[in-house]
This record gives sequence, structure tokens and C-alpha cells, in this order.
Amino acid sequence: MSRLTDAHVALANEIIGRYPRPKSALVPLLHLAQEQDGYITRDAMVHIGELVGVTSAEVYGTATFYEMFKFEPVGKYVVNICGTMSCALMGSEELMHHAEQRLGIKAGGTTPDGMFTLEHAECQAACTEAPCLQVNYRYRYRLTPADLDELIDDLSAERLTHEIPPHGTVAKVRQHIPSHRGVGVVAPELVTESPAWLNGKAAL
Amino acid sequence: MSTTESHNEAEIVVDPNAVSMTINGKSVTARKGEWIIAAADRTEDFIPRFCYHPRMESVGMCRQCLVEVEGPRGPMMVVSCMTPVAEGQVVRTDTDIVKRAQEGMIELLLANHPLDCPVCDKGGECPLQDQAFSHGPGESRYVEEKRHYEKPIPISGLVFLDRERCILCDRCTRFADEVAGDPLITFTHRGNNTQVMTFPDEPFASYFSGNTVQICPVGALTAEPYRFKARPWDLQQQESTCTTCSVGCRTVVQSSRDEILRYQGVDSDPVNWGWLCDRGRFNFQSTNSPNRLSTPLIKTESGLVAASWTVALDETARVLRHAQPGSIAILGGARGTNEDAWAWAQLADALGVDMRDAQLDDGLPAEIFGYPNATIDDACSAATVILLAPDLKEELPVLYLRLRGAAEKKKIRIIEITTHDSGLTRYAWKSLQYEPGHQAETVQQMLSTPEMQEQLGRGSVVVVAGRSNLSEAAHHTMAVVDTIATTVSQVSVLPVLRRANVRGALSLGLAPRGSTDAAAILEASANGKVDCLILLGADPLSDVPDADLARRGIAGARHIIAIDTFLNNSSAHADIVLPAAAYGEKDGTTTNLEGRVTNVAQSITPHATSRPDWMIAVELAALLDHDLDILTLQDIQTRITQTVGGFDGLSVSVAVRKNGILVSVPPISPLQVHHDAAVKRNAYEFRLVVARKLYDQAIGTAMSQSLAALAPGAGVFVHPHDLERVGAKDGSSVRVSNTTRSVILPVHASVAVTRGTAFVPFNQKGVDIRELLQATNGVTDVQIANIS
Ligand code: SF4
Ligand code: SF4
Ligand code: FES
Ligand code: FES
Repeated sequence: MSRLTDAHVALANEIIGRYPRPKSALVPLLHLAQEQDGYITRDAMVHIGELVGVTSAEVYGTATFYEMFKFEPVGKYVVNICGTMSCALMGSEELMHHAEQRLGIKAGGTTPDGMFTLEHAECQAACTEAPCLQVNYRYRYRLTPADLDELIDDLSAERLTHEIPPHGTVAKVRQHIPSHRGVGVVAPELVTESPAWLNGKAAL
Repeated sequence: MSTTESHNEAEIVVDPNAVSMTINGKSVTARKGEWIIAAADRTEDFIPRFCYHPRMESVGMCRQCLVEVEGPRGPMMVVSCMTPVAEGQVVRTDTDIVKRAQEGMIELLLANHPLDCPVCDKGGECPLQDQAFSHGPGESRYVEEKRHYEKPIPISGLVFLDRERCILCDRCTRFADEVAGDPLITFTHRGNNTQVMTFPDEPFASYFSGNTVQICPVGALTAEPYRFKARPWDLQQQESTCTTCSVGCRTVVQSSRDEILRYQGVDSDPVNWGWLCDRGRFNFQSTNSPNRLSTPLIKTESGLVAASWTVALDETARVLRHAQPGSIAILGGARGTNEDAWAWAQLADALGVDMRDAQLDDGLPAEIFGYPNATIDDACSAATVILLAPDLKEELPVLYLRLRGAAEKKKIRIIEITTHDSGLTRYAWKSLQYEPGHQAETVQQMLSTPEMQEQLGRGSVVVVAGRSNLSEAAHHTMAVVDTIATTVSQVSVLPVLRRANVRGALSLGLAPRGSTDAAAILEASANGKVDCLILLGADPLSDVPDADLARRGIAGARHIIAIDTFLNNSSAHADIVLPAAAYGEKDGTTTNLEGRVTNVAQSITPHATSRPDWMIAVELAALLDHDLDILTLQDIQTRITQTVGGFDGLSVSVAVRKNGILVSVPPISPLQVHHDAAVKRNAYEFRLVVARKLYDQAIGTAMSQSLAALAPGAGVFVHPHDLERVGAKDGSSVRVSNTTRSVILPVHASVAVTRGTAFVPFNQKGVDIRELLQATNGVTDVQIANIS
């Protein structure tokens, strides 16, 4: 159970500064928390509420709306196998069975070593590459059971760390907005000048 | 009435906001901006609804209120709770299409509903049940398994949630966010899994949680004190007024088999808008408490023993008859009705009693009523509201709701002058913190800044004035109220003295004569000058801020007569205790903080042999050969209207009306405000702030089992930097001492507290801070030492 680290609080404040209202930063901060711990801890939700000025209940209400946010520890690699139409037609069911056998868990479960969580997913918008899956939201296309074995071997041996960071990391390259381009915490109705990025041009 | 032409013309002013439309062919006049459903509510055509609530923003969650509106392309379906009225609009609520739509909605809402009405508390008063009958299809096509959740889970000590019954109307969550400002319940999850929830393991700790139970249109939210107690059709109900504090919220008192089972809020437009606070809503439990006094008690060598009324009244009369002239004192009277107060004031007059005070040195002098009077509505529509008051969220919760709502809607600007952050601080336009004793400087400064001057010149200014700090002399507040009242134009004052009928009692004859207030009376008693001290529902040992003064006063009185519902700290010392009828056990009227008189109604027979206070006064007067010529409550009411200025327009039938009537009693004595120079605090000390929390050891709370546990307990709160200075850890024990005495309390860090001051909640379980307070001191300074 952990709150955001000091480094993450600094980042959080930068993110908050991008929005006219602090609570708009809620979802990005939830990602930050998930990156830090692999899932969203109770303390992190309390902390985020303090940072953006809403109650823990409001943080929880927003967070639970999204399936990508986890509230229990998950594996280092979350494997989402698509089961919607195109993938189903192209053998995703077999793929899922294979994954279950190979990892010794059912869809929804996590391996005892904490390496893998297996999930069934709805269409991931890669239907032309069916059957597909995502590992920590990084795509793998047109998989056969053998491909899946290979993927699991590689992941277990940590051979793909350069490409697939641990669960929770949204992007390896962090977006950075220089502070003068952030809107800053100002209620929109109080803003009289147009923001710096409009270079003095009036809004459309 | 003589009518002239010009009169006629004046009457035909056309309201520019009026909109004429038709609903089911009948023409209706509505107001621009109004929703169709609100306009329809003034006709006979009922539009079914679940999520719409006239006191909250519309959200269009349930779609039950669909109606047909004639549009350019023919009739179309709209939700009437979110469609504004328009000139010439044609609305139909009863066509076949509307019926089908409404039936369809009911069918959908019931798709996951458990239909467990036979075991549901709401059954019989449930909008879902009622409207499923009146506007539903009568059967369902759904055969699928329903959603299942753990049956009711407690979301606080007071409220249970049954998610299976919930129809996700967003009333409770909207109330928590929009009205109470405590968004501690929200919708969580998504789609079919959407549910109302708190943060995991964190209770819905809102002072207003009971309202969600009342407005939930299904049985999803139930209140612990009422669960499985009664069926709605078994309840008898009386409209009444809450007398837990002086806001005077309108209620219905519901009882069954001579036991009060529930209070529900009633919408009184000038007062509570239908809301109640939890303390007012649930403290009916104290009326039913087994600890109530049943018979008179008389002190003997073996303690207080039961006696008959005849013996006890005779004995009381004997004590009063033998008292030296001018040595009888009466404290209290603010917890009873206007009639109680008046009858006791008559008895006091007959006996020549000069020592009387309805307050216990814990309010403001009655002169506060001498300023132009503001109502709650005045405050909620003023340009500026200046708060010189205790934390309203803690002391007068529904007034807090009203002011918070007005500030949130940007109708008013609040300038708060406070010793620590209050519930309204985050809604205040400006919050100025001061150290007790220095409010005069803060106010002077405030009045001199151009920004403030501009604001104060914008229109009416209402000063909300009360006793914000019990460890500080009341005249400090009076002085700054006076400064503002005399320098700012368009000022009126809303006095926020807390005890329910303090305004009534002070206006009807229980105000101190001259400067002989409660503190002076207790001092006189300590000096042996009181032969008989009458405690009229008063408990000085618990309520007077100066504990030592109260103790000496009680010890010094030769005889004590207590009229009370419970044996409390003070009445336990009495020679004679007379059991009084409680709220809900007697009829009468009460006066709220703005001077509004409304009725309180008897719902059940008084407990055991207890009697209303007024009756006791009348009987004692008769025994003492001062017949008051009163037989009934009506006699008193007639006499009040005949003899008390300001009350002359009052008749009970008027007061029984929901909104009551406003009375204004001329000020009791001219204002004499003295302005002290501020006292300096030395750097090692903390200036003490002592104030009430909503839940404390007050008898009505302590004797209500669901509320008693909510009191936070004793402790001292200082700013985190000050805690560091003291060198103590949060939660550890510290010694708090003045020059003569000390108490040991747990210490807590709080950024809400101004640096250099220490905040201690009043009348909490544990060590009593009142040991350090002295009535003669203007302010109280203490040292805090780490002892761990
Ligand atoms: S609990 Fe009741 S008030 Fe709250 S959303 Fe559900 S049905 Fe509506
Ligand atoms: S605010 Fe006062 S009058 Fe209203 S319900 Fe609460 S205690 Fe009763
Ligand atoms: S069906 Fe699998 S990605 Fe669309
Ligand atoms: S009452 Fe209109 S949508 Fe619910």
C-alpha cells in the first residue's frame, strides 16, 4: 500500500499544471500510480484525491469506470487475448485454451510467480491481424499457439524488456510540456488572454 | 376595498417571465426556465419520476418522466425533468405512446430489481412500488438472472445500502455532492456493474446522510434507527419543528403504538428546504430512552428517591415560599416551547425573581436581537454575508446547507472572520483568521481595504453572529458586530444562538434583568445568595464554560429544583427533580433563530408521569397563591398574543402552517457595547479556542444509541508547525495548563487551526477543557507541554 513517491508527486504536479482544473488530471495520475506499483493501491487513490482536491470516493468512482485500472496486484505481464468476432473466427479460443494450459491458470488469474495475468479482452481494433493479443497493451498479431509459447518464453526470460515495460507503464517516453505552455490551475471562466500556444492568434 | 382606476392598472402588470403553455389541453402559466415537470406539478396531471427532485439539479437519469411535446415535425418524446417550458408549448402526458414509454421504463428499471417488497422497509411508501402499479406494464418479459449483490451493507453507522434494489437514480449521490458538499458516495464501476459505493472501508460520514434515505425512491438506502420498526400504514404522523437547534427545521414526527419511530424532513421554503441534519433526525431515540425520568425525585439521606407529584410539588412550593426575597434564581428554559418559557416567566414575575437567564453563559447577550433582524432567506440573498459565528456545519447544520448552497450558486459572497477553518471556509469569498481577542483589529482592517469596501457597498450585508469561542468573552463578538452595524450601510444581523428556543425564551421573559446573567447568578449562588436555584432543563455543570464557577454555583445554592427529562450532571445534585415531557410529547410553539414561530406537535403520551414545563409552572403558581389563571395551552397562547409585543399577530393556527410566522420582539434593553483593547499573548503560549462539534455529550445525543458513538472525543488540535514546536507526536498526550490548573489531552496536528492557537472541542468524552476556562477572563491562554 503506497502513496506516490516524491519523484512521482513532482511529476503529478507538473501534470496537474497542464489543466485549468486540478481534477482534470485525475486519470493521468491514476496511470502514474499504476505505473509505480503495477496496480492502483488504496493509499495512492487517497493521495491522488489530496493532490487534485477531490474525495477518495470520487477518485475511486472514476478509477473503477476503467477496466485498465487494476485494484489488486496483477502479473508483471498482463496478457489480453481478444475474443471478439474476427479473432474468434481466426482461432482465439484455441489460443486462450493454450495459454491457460501453458500458464496453468484460468482467464482472469495470475501465475503464482507473479509474472503473468491472463485476461479475455473484447475487440482491440486489430481485427485485420486476427487473432491478436496485447501484453501490457503492446500488440502481438496473428498468433499461433507456437507463437504464444515463444512469446511466453521470451517474456519469462525477460528478453523483451526493451519493448514491453512492466504492467502500468503507459509510455516509455514521457510527455513533457514546458511549464509556460501549461494552462496552469486557473478556472477557465477567469482566463482573459488566449494561451501561449495560440501565438497570439484568436481561437477559431 | 375601494378600487380606483390606477389600482386596477397597477394590478395588470404582466410578468415578463411568464410563459403560457398547455398540458393535456389545459392552459398552464409557467415561469421561463422552469422544467415541464415542475409546471405540471402545479396541475392535476402527475408525471411519474424517480431521479427528479425539485431541490436538486436535474440529471435525466431514469427517463421515467417521458412526455410528448408538439414539435415542428410532429410530437416527440422528451424527458420532462430536463426540458424547459416554452411559450405556446403543447405537452401531453397521457397519450398511448407516453404510456408505452413509461411502461417500458418501469419494465427496464425492474429488470434487475429483486422485488423483495415484502421484506423491504420502503414498501407502502415506495415510489418504485407505487409507480410500477400506476405506470407500469404489470408484467415483465425478462426471464434472465438478475444482478446479485451482498444484501444490505452498512455504508456508515446510520445508513445501510442494498445495491440490488438501487435503480441508479443519482439522487443520493447528487445530494451528497451538490447539497451537502460531502461527495463520499459516488457511482463506481460501469455498465451493468454500476453501483453506489463509498471509498472502500471508508464510511459515508456526512452530517446529512439521513436525507439520502429519505429521498431514495426505492428501498436501497435504509436508516439503522428505523429498519424493520414499522410499516408506513401503521404510522401516525404530526407535522412539527425540530428543536434540536435553533434553525427550526420542519419535520413530520411519525409514531406507532405510542412510540416515536422516525422524523422526516418537510420542505419549508424559508427554512430547511426539506433537509434535516442527522443529529436532528435521529435523536428521537433519546425520547424513547429507558433512562428517562419517570417520577419526581426527592433528596433524602439515601439519595434521590421517587415521590408522588403531590408530595414533590408541595415540597417545591414549600422551598419557594421559604426562600428569602430576591434569592430565587431560574436558569434555562431555552429547550422548551414558547408557552413553557412564558409560563415560567409569569411564575418568576409572581415570585419577584430577578435572577433569570435562559442561556448558560454560552451564547451572546440578548441585546443581539436589538439590531435590524435578518432571516435565513435574507442571508441567502444578500450581496455579502459576514460570518462572526461558530462553525455552522457543527452547530446549525441546515443553516450551513443553505449558506453553502447560496455561495456555490454565486448568489452571495461570504466573508468569514474565524479562529480556524470552518465548514464554510472553502466556500467563502474571503476567510480572515484571527487570534481570539484580536477580532476588532481584523474587522477594522477588513473595513479599511478598498476591495472590501467595494464589496460591502454592493448591496445588503447580513452579519451572522454567534458565540464562536467559548473560551473567550461574548462581548468581543458583540463589539465587532456593533462596529460593523454602525459603519456599514444596509446591515442586518442573523443571530445564531444555538439552543432551540433560546430566542423564544429570551423574548418571552427569561432574559436576564440588567447584567445579572447566568455567570452572575452562579457567582451569587457560590456566595450563598441563592436560596433556591431552579434548573429549567438546564445543566450548568455540563454547559457553563467555566467549570469551576458552575461547580461553586451548584454547591452554593441552598436548594436546587430541577425540571428535566433526564437526570443529568446538575440535576443529580437537586433536592427535588420533576420529570418533564420531552419533544414529541407536548404541543406548543417554538421560535427559531430568525424569530420564526412554528408549532411543535404532540405525537405520543408523555413518558410515565412526566408533564410539560408550563403545566408545572401553572401548578406551582396555584400552590403559591399566585393563580396564573391558565388551564390550557390555548390560554397561554391567547395571553402571549395579548401581552407580548411582536407576538400579537400570532395564533396557533397560523403557527401550525408550514412556514410559521416571523415575530420581532423589541430589544430588551439598550445596547451597551464595550470595546476592549486586545490582550497580547506571550510567545510560549497558545490562545485557546473552544467550540462545539455536532456530536458531543449533549443529553439528546448521548441518549440516542445511534448517535452517541459518533462523538469524536476530547483532544487538543494545533497547527503542525506548532506541534513540532511542542515536540510532541500526533496522538500523544500533552499537558495543557493555564496559570493555575492543567489537564492532559491527546494532541493532534491540524492545518485548519491558526498558528498560535489551540482548538479543543467542547463537552466531549474524556478530560474536560472547561477546567481551564474562567468566566472573568476575556481570553484564555495555555501552555502545552509534551509529557511522553
Ligand atoms: S441508492 Fe437510492 S437514491 Fe441512491 S442511486 Fe440508488 S435508488 Fe437512487
Ligand atoms: S439543523 Fe437543527 S433544527 Fe435542523 S434538523 Fe438539524 S438539529 Fe434539527
Ligand atoms: S476482434 Fe479481435 S481485435 Fe477486433
Ligand atoms: S425524472 Fe426525468 S429522467 Fe428521471
